[in-house]
Amino acid sequence: MLKLFNKIRKTGVITEDVPEGRDPAFEEVGEQLRAKVGEIFSGSLAIREVDAGSCNGCELEANALNNSWYSIERFGIHFVASPRHADLLLVTGPVSRHMEAALRRTWDATPNPKLVLAMGDCAADGGEFGVSYASCGGVSSIIPVDGVIRGCPPTPMSLMKAILALVEKRTDND
Amino acid sequence: MSAYDWLPDFLDRLKADNVLLEDDSITALAKVPMLILEAEDWGRAAAQAQAFGLRWMGGWADQLDEAFHVSACLAHQHEVLVLRAMLSLEIPVLPSHTPWYPGADHMERHTQDMYGVLFSDHPDPRRWTRHHAWGENEYPLRSDFPLAGTRPGPMPTDHNYRYLKAQGAGVYEIPVGPVHAGIIEPGHFRFQAVGEQVLNLEIRLGYVHKGIEKIAVGRDAPGLARLAARISGDSTVAHGWAACMAMEQAAAVQVPERASYLRAIMAERERIANHLGDIGAICNDVAFAFAQYQFSRLRESWQRVSQQVFGHRFMMDCVVPGGVASDVDGAGLELLRSGLEPLRAELVELMAILDDNPSLEDRLATTGFLSAAIAAKFGATGYVGKASGQDIDARRDMRYAPYDRLEVVVPTSQNGDVQARMHIRSQEVFASLDLLTQLLRDIPAGEIRSDWRTASEVEGIAVIDGWRGEIMTYVRFDADDRIARFMPRDPSWFTWPALEQLIHDNIVPDFPVCNKSVNGSYSGHDL
Ligand code: SF4
Repeated sequence: MLKLFNKIRKTGVITEDVPEGRDPAFEEVGEQLRAKVGEIFSGSLAIREVDAGSCNGCELEANALNNSWYSIERFGIHFVASPRHADLLLVTGPVSRHMEAALRRTWDATPNPKLVLAMGDCAADGGEFGVSYASCGGVSSIIPVDGVIRGCPPTPMSLMKAILALVEKRTDND
Repeated sequence: MSAYDWLPDFLDRLKADNVLLEDDSITALAKVPMLILEAEDWGRAAAQAQAFGLRWMGGWADQLDEAFHVSACLAHQHEVLVLRAMLSLEIPVLPSHTPWYPGADHMERHTQDMYGVLFSDHPDPRRWTRHHAWGENEYPLRSDFPLAGTRPGPMPTDHNYRYLKAQGAGVYEIPVGPVHAGIIEPGHFRFQAVGEQVLNLEIRLGYVHKGIEKIAVGRDAPGLARLAARISGDSTVAHGWAACMAMEQAAAVQVPERASYLRAIMAERERIANHLGDIGAICNDVAFAFAQYQFSRLRESWQRVSQQVFGHRFMMDCVVPGGVASDVDGAGLELLRSGLEPLRAELVELMAILDDNPSLEDRLATTGFLSAAIAAKFGATGYVGKASGQDIDARRDMRYAPYDRLEVVVPTSQNGDVQARMHIRSQEVFASLDLLTQLLRDIPAGEIRSDWRTASEVEGIAVIDGWRGEIMTYVRFDADDRIARFMPRDPSWFTWPALEQLIHDNIVPDFPVCNKSVNGSYSGHDL
């Protein structure tokens, strides 16, 4: 047990200022985000991630936001298990035809007002998989999309920025 | 022992069982011996192969002008053999391999859904990959099926699938998915349970079927490499390498030595990144969050170095036909070298903490037990197979470059539980660090890519060991250097059915950790 506590002590806090290279503008956005999340979402923005046909690359990077380098929860953002608890749907993949109905249902189950962020080149327009008998292409072909973050996959850093931008946009519109 | 010295004995066995073999039945697919069989002999050949101790590595179909070609790949220790039968387009029926090789079940049903090839005595005639995106009498991989499909408009859910039913006092059913609680891929799990105990689990996949085999057709070699890199994002190097190796074999392209070293460096880095993530996640599923934070931290720093040196956190699109996309300079190699010892030291320290923890042991030991016999029956490879006594690793067994020059240590265990699958991962990380030390010390100077040579009506088959297990990839080129058929067989085809088995008699709350310990790829399987 002592070894365990020692390891925690030695590792220390590694969470870095976002983004790498200490972009002061970004820290500002981070603070703004925290404020906006506080204002509009009562302090916490709940994200439900939906893989609608992805290769799993995008999932790995969404997951990475929870590691201690990024530790996204410090901005009041957390991933939840049910769409019924979610403010934002983060959707990856070209929407496969076999996930189409499940994606619609997940969207229906998410309470209004809701945001949808399409993550990755596939979610943007089908990416490498395009549109076919098995793929509907981008997420917007199935449900309304509020924001798109390109990349294959988008890095955790760019995903985080996209979430910030989306919340900002919402604030501007309201 | 000389190469394929077992083959004459096997042929004698087939002949003794009246499997028709003419002189011209024995041909070759690239460098691999291939037996052309009569369709009606297909099942008996499998029975003999099974009795002879051959391992079933995968099966697929293809449509040529006048016929369907059905193929299966088998292995005798480290040597591969292909069986092939040709069927008329009108009556594409042949016996099944599944009665002899249960691992063939899903692949044959996939072939049935995609080509309309019927395996007459298959024990389970239900559809597999097909939900409702195409009709019962439509087959997407046939050449007359339009790429855009035939069913526009909203798609219903996967209704009408006949799940196994359990009856009896106190038996209840828990349907889960396709959308799961975590940030993971979609699939459907149906449990029958009594109290907390799982009586039966049925896994239904196909939700992320994206038509990979269909959209591969007509691509050039670089286009196929890009697609292969996206079969399963966590295995982008492994699948990219397998596809390129199959194409290179078909086109007789020699990969420069330096390129093969760089490929192996990336593949070992991919293995380490995924194993680190999995060890943390397995512990997290039994609420030991310390490990999750530590291992996800290590994984993140590891990926950042990949980004710095290879330009991508997963090294996607770095393997290209003929070699690799870009070279790594001296400073890059030094950066890679400098990361090995620190990781080893941290891992020694962390594994000691994990091994020291009785509550962790209590949850992981004996949980999700998979016997060696069942692992062999389904053809499980990778950490799932290795943890259940399957001493199979293509890096050592198939000796493809550059592993033919290295000593590849393959850890195995007979324990077969979640703990063993976790330990195989940590042992593999240590082994990969050793390999990286050798690779980074010995990497030769020279070219990183050979010119592509036009391929015309040739086939290739590649077997490599990815971090998740053995990948077998088949390609065929048409007359104009374009892909006519692509079939990447992810190891998950054989570990998903193993998961259905190893969960028996475990409690429902242990399913997440059992599932994580297997970590099958949905996308790699669904194609
Ligand atoms: S965008 Fe790239 S990483 Fe994301 S699902 Fe598509 S292929 Fe995979």
